[in-house]
Amino acid sequence: MADEKLKEMAREIRRHVIRMTGEAGSGHPGGSLSMAELLAALYFGGVLRHDPSNPSWRDRDRLILSKGHGCPALYAALAEAGYISRDVLPTFRKIGSPLQGHPDRRFLPVLEASTGSLGQGLSIGIGMALAARLDDRPYRTFVILGDGEIDEGQIWEAAAFASFHKLGNLVAIVDCNKIQLDGFVKEILDMDPLADKWRAFGWETREIDGHDYGQILGAMTNPAPQGKPLAIIAHTIKGKGVSFMENNPEFHGVAPTADEVVKALAELA
Amino acid sequence: MMKHELAMGMATRDAYGKELVALGKQDPNVVVLDADLSKSTKTALFGKAFPQRFFNVGICEANMVSMAAGLALSGKIPFISSFAVFLMAKGFDQLRMGIAYPHTNVKVVVSHGGISIGEDGPSQQSIEDIALACSLPGFIVNVPADEVAMRALLRAAHSHVGPVFMRAGRPKTPIIYREGEKFELGKGKVLTHGDDLAIVTYGGLVAEAIRAAERLERESSIRTTVIDMHTIKPIDGDLLRETAARTAAVLVAEEALADGGLASAVARWLGENLPTPMAIVSIPDTYAESATPAQLYEKYGLSAPSLVEAARKLVARKVRNGAIA
Repeated sequence: MADEKLKEMAREIRRHVIRMTGEAGSGHPGGSLSMAELLAALYFGGVLRHDPSNPSWRDRDRLILSKGHGCPALYAALAEAGYISRDVLPTFRKIGSPLQGHPDRRFLPVLEASTGSLGQGLSIGIGMALAARLDDRPYRTFVILGDGEIDEGQIWEAAAFASFHKLGNLVAIVDCNKIQLDGFVKEILDMDPLADKWRAFGWETREIDGHDYGQILGAMTNPAPQGKPLAIIAHTIKGKGVSFMENNPEFHGVAPTADEVVKALAELA
Repeated sequence: MMKHELAMGMATRDAYGKELVALGKQDPNVVVLDADLSKSTKTALFGKAFPQRFFNVGICEANMVSMAAGLALSGKIPFISSFAVFLMAKGFDQLRMGIAYPHTNVKVVVSHGGISIGEDGPSQQSIEDIALACSLPGFIVNVPADEVAMRALLRAAHSHVGPVFMRAGRPKTPIIYREGEKFELGKGKVLTHGDDLAIVTYGGLVAEAIRAAERLERESSIRTTVIDMHTIKPIDGDLLRETAARTAAVLVAEEALADGGLASAVARWLGENLPTPMAIVSIPDTYAESATPAQLYEKYGLSAPSLVEAARKLVARKVRNGAIA
């Protein structure tokens, strides 16, 4: 998909996020908007080897959204890719919906993992990457983490394991949007120098602008040195694309009002 | 009624380690994870036999549990082991998110269950693991009483598709069963027959219950049905109904806290279906201490003499209530 089309796909994902969270009256718009380009690159930029007509394809690349609260953006990408109908998006967070408040495989089996309790997706991804190695399968496993989420100690247990076991088929993408629930990461638990931490844990580490397709695609597709897991520190803007949500901690976990939905959609038109 | 003293067998953790190797030979999808306690849990035997399928994750229980979820989601059958207290307490949210909630096919086999691990003391003893395991939706919770039961129930756990918790013990354990005895998850085993009282128990206390039953008959002519309720969840309601209807008195003995384990499960089932006078022998609401396993069973009220005393009181209650002429 060409750059312009990818840009439009990110806008489409953002519009879905606004409509879904607005309709639900709850959810997490800020951290969904921050990773729209990352998801567009994965699903539509030729990064993920996947086949929407065969979701259980054995050799599909795996994607785990460890920061499960960002699921509106993932559901939007899955709808645009054809895994689920766009008609189901407005049911987000409503009773009986396959689009649960956090990713839930019981309701939506196309999800690779159920997430929502932070810090666990990278370890689950390691399990999948080990299985690929044991079975000699070519698929890669991608895990999207939040920069608040990586406060969790389990992330660093996983980081140590993955490099020690030379999991070159594993990619961690940190959506570094600088804000966690209670406020700015810098004021709550500053993890800088973050890239140095991942490097010290033995990962090939690439720091990019998470809204720039050239940098995203370069970081995701250029192979890492043999046997090294890849960490992509994607610097992003929380609430990206909607002026009153950008860099605003209030929109971590608060849905836009009806008026705000109209304003946001106008900005994203 | 068995009249002979029970012969001593191997610890259930030893039986686990050995049988796991046999399972690994049979099924290439079996993978084993341990958190730097493989010499104690005996998964090191599997690691030696199948180094490619064994992952010692280091002292990272949370990572281990979630990794098992990822392996199971990719078609593997992971067996994960550590001490009961460490795996269940440090890995609990991961058990919940990665195994119970998505119902992945992971077998959680912990060793060093209960207080009978002995001298290492309360930080290593596990009194909460059974309640924690029973609280997880969709889990089968099982404690084999001896090496024969461990081998058979481990194979049953491997065949079952879904989460299974099994607790193994540290000390050598008397042999209860003949080799080749058949077991089914969720079906308790009747070991002695008597209509005055039932003792329902699991694990290392099965031998204590058999000794107590012998003494009750010899000294007081109280005839006891001893049930090895190896599967705590789901509880064997059919067996409880048949037994409680006959004995009208049920003593539960368990090496765990009474809240949330076998005692709770039996009380709940009987309360809902066939209210029956009950007594409970379990670890009191406290942490224990360093001592030999036998000393701990005695001091914390789990040994045969404690069971005999509780049984006599329960039968006396039954007599007072007019249930026995």
